Amino acid sequence: MHKELKLTGSGGQGLILAGVILADAALMDGKNAVQSQSYGPEARGGASKAEVIIATGEIDFIKVQNTDMLLCLTQTAYDRYAKDAAALLIVDADIELKYHKPEEVVQIPIIYTAQVTLKRPMVANIVALGAVNARMNLVSKESLKKSVLTRVPKGTEELNEKALELGYSL
Amino acid sequence: MRLLMGNEACVEGAIAAGMRFFAGYPITPSTEVAEWAALRLPEVGGKFIQMEDEIAGMAATIGGAIAGKKAMTATSGPGFSLKVENIGYAAMAEIPCVIINVMRSGPSTGLPTSPSQGDVMQARWGSHGDYPAIALAPSSVSEAYYVTIKAFNYAEKYRTPVIVLMDEIIGHLREGIELPEKLDMEIIDRKRPTCAPEDFKAYKVPEGEIVPPMPGFGEGYRYHITGLIHDETGFPTNSMEAAGKLCSHLMSKVEDNVKDLIEFELIDVTDCDVLVLTYGGTARTVSATKKLAEAAGIKMGIFRLITVWPFPEDELREIVAKHNIKHVLVAELNHGQIVREVDRALKGAAGVHHIGKINGDILYPKEVLQKLQEVKANG
Repeated sequence: MHKELKLTGSGGQGLILAGVILADAALMDGKNAVQSQSYGPEARGGASKAEVIIATGEIDFIKVQNTDMLLCLTQTAYDRYAKDAAALLIVDADIELKYHKPEEVVQIPIIYTAQVTLKRPMVANIVALGAVNARMNLVSKESLKKSVLTRVPKGTEELNEKALELGYSL
Repeated sequence: MRLLMGNEACVEGAIAAGMRFFAGYPITPSTEVAEWAALRLPEVGGKFIQMEDEIAGMAATIGGAIAGKKAMTATSGPGFSLKVENIGYAAMAEIPCVIINVMRSGPSTGLPTSPSQGDVMQARWGSHGDYPAIALAPSSVSEAYYVTIKAFNYAEKYRTPVIVLMDEIIGHLREGIELPEKLDMEIIDRKRPTCAPEDFKAYKVPEGEIVPPMPGFGEGYRYHITGLIHDETGFPTNSMEAAGKLCSHLMSKVEDNVKDLIEFELIDVTDCDVLVLTYGGTARTVSATKKLAEAAGIKMGIFRLITVWPFPEDELREIVAKHNIKHVLVAELNHGQIVREVDRALKGAAGVHHIGKINGDILYPKEVLQKLQEVKANG
């Protein structure tokens, strides 16, 4: 197994944290993982990209070369990153598709689920993780849940667990 | 197995080596070193201080070391430029300390969040005058841990500043690391004076030793520290004899111990068509290139520097001669720095080629492969 993933969106959406959670879960499963990121000087806003490679073998090169999955949570991220080929493209429902036909992508209401259903836009990253792992089966559900609960702020465990479950169901 | 960033692993290594004082000023992409040090040092009885700028961060690090602690600071290119004056002072006054430089794209403030290996020559020659340099470059998160421990050992053993030349690639990379419960590595501590305080000569090298013993300030040994040429008492002198003796001592403590300081990794150098010399984060690109090269019918060897300074020139020359290597390709994320050392060391014994990049991006395996193909086709 060797999977290369890109999680893209806006700075502040917690996509680097999502990448860290996923990489941590992979280690718990006994796999190898590397996580890196590229971002601008801004603390909020701007385009943000987290990359994760999960493999059963050694990981030499740390950046994604052949994208197995690209996640886009914002229009800016889609416009910037979705031009490159990806085996699986998961985009938020609010994004206007410029380079793809609807049947070429998985379009699901990630932001809506966080913002409206859970009334907490900040958990969009965890909803996304659930949605991604439901389709890719990258890590075991137990490890992912454990990893989420280890990395999220104290007092938000219940909310994040719910976000992960809702993500799985999208 | 823990998921740690290269920057965080540096701090874990430093603490394992006995670092108990950190002074610095945050700068991308090194900030996590300071953050992790601020978090971890109080847990082990150490002190963290954020200073008003990078110069003060280096000065306080030197102060911490003089006070008897193992001390460290961390920065990136723009801050490293500010620190070099005090690095020269530490070299002259023989103060053991460790500087982590997480290299980002320059020149000047450049691209703060993008990687580079552009400070390699600055690590060697950044401060004025003749002084020795020791610099180590890790190419994984685990290695960042071990290299930082070694940096402290060298600093303590040779009483000199040691630079860990990280790059943004490894500094910001998270990967699994097994932190040992019990360290399987020697930890070197500076020797303390055993004589009576009134007999103490701060810069007198005892017979059979490499450097003088070093007391902590406040331990009863009164002595003078200066960046001026000084004699065995530590007080300034204009004596040419003393100047020659001191400067030769500074240089020889590294030059005479190159074998102890150099470390590198060799992969498949026997019968290789091209030997790729690399270090730090770029080494990850080079290892990934090896599979592509094999598929393309090129036998590729790897010479990966772990110690960048002192440069292992004799060893490189011997390996090239022994294996009759025709071409050496240097892969580094700059416009050509270590390639000059390779060229100088080989003195025409092999063709020397370079691949680099200065646009803030990293090198990709397919780019290195293309260069290998060019080198092979023209050779």
